[in-house]
Amino acid sequence: MSEHAHAEAHSPSHYVRIWALLLALLVVSVAGPMLGVMWVTLVTAFGIAVVKAYLVAKHFMHVNVEQRFIAYALLTALVFMLLFFAATAPDVMKKDGTQWEKPSWKVPAAAEAGGHGASH
Amino acid sequence: MSARPIATTRSAAGLPTGRLAVWWLVVSEIVIFGGLLASYIMYRLAHDAFAVQAAHTNTWIGAFNTLVLLTSSLSAVMAHTAAERGDGPKAARLLWATIVGALTFLAVKAFEWTEEIQHGFTITSSTFWSFYYCAAGLHASHVIAGAIVMMFVARDAARNRELHRVELAGIYWHFVDIVWIFLFPLLYIAK
Repeated sequence: MSEHAHAEAHSPSHYVRIWALLLALLVVSVAGPMLGVMWVTLVTAFGIAVVKAYLVAKHFMHVNVEQRFIAYALLTALVFMLLFFAATAPDVMKKDGTQWEKPSWKVPAAAEAGGHGASH
Repeated sequence: MSARPIATTRSAAGLPTGRLAVWWLVVSEIVIFGGLLASYIMYRLAHDAFAVQAAHTNTWIGAFNTLVLLTSSLSAVMAHTAAERGDGPKAARLLWATIVGALTFLAVKAFEWTEEIQHGFTITSSTFWSFYYCAAGLHASHVIAGAIVMMFVARDAARNRELHRVELAGIYWHFVDIVWIFLFPLLYIAK
């Protein structure tokens, strides 16, 4: 990065532009789900959250100009999060399997069907 | 007289040790918040009733607090710029602006929680509310910690001392901001 480009990337006006962009994305993330369309909600709420996090990490935390191993360490932590999800979700998210079931999940489901509301 | 190494002038792996330590803290925090949020997502996807409970959270309050945190991140990064230029007093003023953002966030949270508890939504009401108070509470404790740290850093910065700490406090604060960026859609929008 040249001296001029570096100064530009650290100038207050640059940060204000990124902040304004983040606010615009916030407006979209609130307005999008109001349409009530599932895929629009997913894209505007969660897709935009990823974009906002990227903008903050790159422009405010300066991850892109930090030593490369910092980005790798951050990504490794995210991979561990995904590993945790992948390893436990098949068990946590299923009510029953071929030779097992979760009785505690059956009761709330039955209660919900009866109109008494579930505990979850 | 032997010269004692000062932590701020030491570096490890090409980074000042203070900055390396803050990045290490952030990496460990990703695992902490990541585990909590991954658990929440599992339950949210498996239980439709979560959406019924989430409908009681106030999207506008969540959005306002997002605005507050994004703005406080702006003042934090501008404090970093001021510190880089050697302008300690300006960096201190901007850090105090960030602290005001933290206090505003906490005040709004206190108002919001009071309303919810008065309506009977407590940490034991249901699994959703347990996650809600646990995740938002853990995040709020980080906001409190960040505000306290920034008070000390601002006090020194105002006297042009330890200006490198302005950046370190900022890195931590931006991470707290990022956590909220993900908490907001999970707790307030996915209804």
